[in-house]
Order: sequence, then C-alpha cells, then structure tokens
Amino acid sequence: MQLLMCAPSYYGIEYEINPWMSRARQSDRQRAQQQWNSLRRLLEEQLSVDVRLVDAQPGLPDMVFTANAGLAWKDKFIVSNFRYEVRRREAPHFEVWFRNLGFEIVHLPREYYFEGEGDLLKCGESWFAGYHIRSDINAHQKVAEIIGQEILSVELTNEWFYHLDTCFCPLSDEHVLFYPPAFDSYGLEVLEKYIPDLIPVAPEEAARFACNAIVADRDIVMNTGCPGVREKLEALGFRVFETPLDEFIKAGGSAKCLVLCMR
Amino acid sequence: MARSIIEISGHIIDSLILPKILDLIVNLGAEFEILDIQIGHRRADRSHARVQVEASSEELLAEVLAKIREHGALPVEGSDEPARLDAAPEDGIFPEAFYATTNLPTQVRVNGRWIEVEAPEMDCAIRVDGNAMRAETVPVHKVRKGDSIVVGHQGIKIVPLERSVPHELFEFMSSAVSTEQPKGLLIREIAETMKNVRQKNGKILVVAGPGLVHTGAAPYLVDLIERDYVQVLFAGNGLAVHDIETALYGTSLGVYLDKKIRASEGHEHHLWAINTIRKAGGIRQAVEQGIVQRGIFYSCIRKGVDFVLAGSIRDDGPLPDVITDSLKAQDLMREKVRGVSLALMMATTLHAIATGNLLPATVKTVCVDINPAVVTKLTDRGTFQAIGLVTDVEPFLRELCQCLSQELLQAHEP
Repeated sequence: MQLLMCAPSYYGIEYEINPWMSRARQSDRQRAQQQWNSLRRLLEEQLSVDVRLVDAQPGLPDMVFTANAGLAWKDKFIVSNFRYEVRRREAPHFEVWFRNLGFEIVHLPREYYFEGEGDLLKCGESWFAGYHIRSDINAHQKVAEIIGQEILSVELTNEWFYHLDTCFCPLSDEHVLFYPPAFDSYGLEVLEKYIPDLIPVAPEEAARFACNAIVADRDIVMNTGCPGVREKLEALGFRVFETPLDEFIKAGGSAKCLVLCMR
Repeated sequence: MARSIIEISGHIIDSLILPKILDLIVNLGAEFEILDIQIGHRRADRSHARVQVEASSEELLAEVLAKIREHGALPVEGSDEPARLDAAPEDGIFPEAFYATTNLPTQVRVNGRWIEVEAPEMDCAIRVDGNAMRAETVPVHKVRKGDSIVVGHQGIKIVPLERSVPHELFEFMSSAVSTEQPKGLLIREIAETMKNVRQKNGKILVVAGPGLVHTGAAPYLVDLIERDYVQVLFAGNGLAVHDIETALYGTSLGVYLDKKIRASEGHEHHLWAINTIRKAGGIRQAVEQGIVQRGIFYSCIRKGVDFVLAGSIRDDGPLPDVITDSLKAQDLMREKVRGVSLALMMATTLHAIATGNLLPATVKTVCVDINPAVVTKLTDRGTFQAIGLVTDVEPFLRELCQCLSQELLQAHEP
C-alpha cells in the first residue's frame, strides 16, 4: 500500500471553513508535528505502508490533509477543485508532484467542486461519494465517466461531517463504519441496500473521528478515544491501532484526512 | 404556469438521486413530468432522465431549479431555442427531416414564444404561420408548396398526457385491455363519463361496425342517440346497410333479429336496401321520404347527428352517402373529431384504428370488442389512451343504457 502524506510544517488554524475550526483555538504546531510523526512511523513500521511525501508549502496550512488533493486512479490523477479559495492554491502543488511521478493529470470542469478522496471512497464494487457540503454531485458523475465505474452519490447533511471520510469508512467489501446522522434518508437507504454490514458509530466516537480511519487490509489506524468502535472492530477480527491526533481534529481532520491512497 | 426542462444524468437510479429530485420538486410546490428516461443496463452504465418542471410562477420555478441543481439537475441547454422551419418543396411533399407529430398536446417555439399546436394528430407535420403566431398539424396530402414546416426536434415541447386528462377517468384501470376486468364497474364508469361530457356540452363520437346490428344491439345505440349521447358517428357502408336492411325488412344479413331465423331469400335484403337508398338519393332523402322509419340512421337524421361513412374495397353498393375517396373521408373525419371529448369504438377494427389515428391523445377513448387484439392493435399503433373492454357489443350497450337510465333515476331522486 502506498500513501501520500504532507508534513504539518505550516499547519495551523488560519481560517474557519468548517465548524471544527476556530482561530481562537489554535493548534500546537510542535504537538501536531509529534502526532503526525507518530502516525507516519506507525504506518511505515507496523503496517509496512510505503509512505510518500509531498513538500509542505508556506501559507497552505491544510495541505497536510492530502486526502483532499484529488483521486489517484491507475495512471491518472484527477485534481481537486476546492470549494474554498483558501485551499485552492494547494491543487497546483499536488498536480506538479503527480505529474513528475508520471501520472496523467485530469482536470474536471472548473464549475464543479471536487475534494478528492475526502468525498470519494470505494467499497466492494461501488464507489460512494459525499456531496453538497464540499463536493458537487456533477463532479462525481464526471469522475465516474473517467474511471468507468459506478459512483453512488449520497448527500451529506451535517456540517460537522462535511467530507464523506469523516462519517463513512469502508473496512472491507462488506463492512463499513458510518455515522448515520450525517446522511439523509435517501443516502441511508442507498447505504443499507449496497453495504452488507453497516456498523453505526456513536455520536461521541464520531466526534473523535472514529470514521476517519486508515484501513490497510486487516489493520486499522484511528484516533484515540473510540473504545466502542475498537471493540466492534476487534470482534470482527481487525487489528486496531490508536494514535493521538487531537491537534488535527481542531481543523476537522484525523487519520484518513492525513493520507491519500496512491495504489 | 412557468416551465423548464432539466436533465439528470449519471448513476441516478441506484443512488436514488432521481427520486430525490422528483420528491424535492413536489415538496417545493411544483410539478414534474418525466419526458424521457434511459436506464443503464450494467452498473457502470449511466442513466439519463429529461424532466419537465412546472411551477405556478417564474419565481417558484427559479427557486426549484436552484434547489434541484444542487443535486445534479441541470437545465437543458437550448431548450428555449426556436423551432427550425423549412419550406415545403412541392404540394403534398414535406421538407426533408420534418418533425413527425405525436397525438399529444404539443407546443412549438416561434418568435421567442411557445405556441400551442392546433388539432394534435399523430404522424403529421407541424405547419407554422409566424405572422399569425399559429401552428397546426398538417397531413402530407394537405401541405402546399412553400408552407413553413417544422424540421428536427429543436423548439418542440410535448405536454404529457397526465396533465391534460382529468384524473377521474378510469384511474383504477392500470392495464389498457383485459378480459379479467369487472365489466359492470367499467361500464358504470363509462356511463358516468358520458354524463359528464354531455353536462359540459362536449361531443361524444361513436365508431361502430355492422356487428352491432347483427348482434341486435342497434336499438341500444338508437336509445343513446335519442338521449343525446351521440353527436358524431363514424362507420362504413356495412353498418348503414344492415341498419337500413333491418329498418326495411326486419333482418340483418337476412336473419330476422327478433326471431333469430333466416328469412327466405334473406341474403338479397341488404342488396335491395342498398338499391332502395340509391334510388332515393341517400339516407337523408330516404328518411325524409318516409322510406326509412326507424333505426340508427333514422335517429341520426332525426337528431342531427353528424355521420361520416367511409368506404372500403369490399363494399356492396355502396350507399350514396359513403365516401369512397379515402383521403376525402379522412379529411371529413378529421374535421368532425374536433371538439370530441369521448370516443366509443364498438365492434370495428378498421374504423377504430382509422379514427384512433386522427384523435388527439386527450380524447378519452373506449374500445369495445369481442376480440382483445383490436384494442391491442389500437394502442400499438399509438392510440395509447384507449382503454378496452373485451365483450360482445350487445350486452355492453344494454348495460350501458341501463346504467345511464339508473343514474338518471338516481339523479332525480330527492
């Protein structure tokens, strides 16, 4: 497994684009760096993940959340069209990085917002896409054309769970962690129909970003403080690794937000 | 009413996006009509739907369009582009790629406005008069050199039927034809509809075949005519011949209708009847001269029912009233169907289909035949609004007349 990460060298709460963010509640840069290092070490040393790094850029505090950069699909990289101006300048840096690696760069129509893997996750044969808060449904339908796969778009209705990867985590072809209040009734119906085993997460653990977990085969990495989910996962035979990521939750992100799947 | 057409494409079925958008439209107080829908066969295939949104005001429409856009519904580009017009090159010839009409209410975009196409009829073209801002269907033999004819599908809007037909008509009938329907209930519904049509001064068209006379059902049709339930009658030579044969000799195809026995040399009766009417100069003349004193056509003349008798190649005679030029008959039928609200087709295949071809889809059409294939044929050829009753025409008409009488009695009860 190959994941892309970006060091939190310039990370901080410099603007507020989701309810978690408050400039009054700054992150501790040193602690953030330590937490990020621990996560990287855990991935590399215990899960044997091949971690690649993109250079952090001054003035782009959220570049650390590489999951939102786009979607890497085979030899293509579909670049994000960020909804908020403050994040739009991240895109060219990711684009250059992927191009240098030999990826074919694909741009979506400018009018459709798309925030990469943050709103687009694969489970079994289907892709699930979150739309309305950050990504546009039409962007996902364009992506579906590009990758030639079915994408089921579900509306995200809770501002606190503004990306699909904050409330929905495919663990295998059958099992998915999810936080039901993040979806509307149509979305829930779709999830229930297409996912054999939906595991609901309690509100307090959803707020600890239990759904924002990194899944590497049978290993799962998540923020600390989610005992309920941990128990359920272990009962299903998964190996659970907890690592503190509170500094990133201040910006509305956790483990999964900090990595982008390359293959 | 403000209208706009939107498109929704992608994986809109499995994701419930399409039903969600349709629910949203309704919840916001507007209405929708699915104009067409293509559903992908495999999971990765995209589906596509074109939907017309209708709201009571431009403001509401704008609000609805903005809301549903967030869920992927995009306005159809160019939906307000004008219709393309081309001149007919010769009399009786349409321009290449002319727009072939349906029998549904249709609008055409001319000079920046949507105008209603008059006299909807299937398989015609649309002739536009830009100065008078009028559009009408035109059959190919009626087009004249230089007429402005719509070509292509741009600037054409079809108004789906559901909006045009009041929902009280036979709404419980989900299949167009069945031998398994509770007939009594259906006939009661038809009687109710006939009453409603007449209360609103609408016209009822009856299309009938000679089987109606052979089965002894003619007196019931006479009853309907006498009670003002028939304003227009379409038939062929046969119905008139056998009706007049009965009026003159009491037989139909030589069989006494009251005794059900064959008259001696009875096969000559209908030929003598034809000869008699030909001698009189026509049905009206025969009635006026007192030669014909009863029957369907006697009542038609008496009550001023407009009838059109269209000829066919196997006709005996025919009667002088029969129009043997098919195009002339078609044109006259076309003229007479205007203003018709209900068509009752009984025991005829040829004339039912011929009439079905001319009727707008907004005309409620009931087809009664002992052969289920007749209704199927009618709907297969585009008269999809037709509903059918598979039954002998005599018990049908008997019961219909009873229902109409009962309802009249009930209506007069205190």
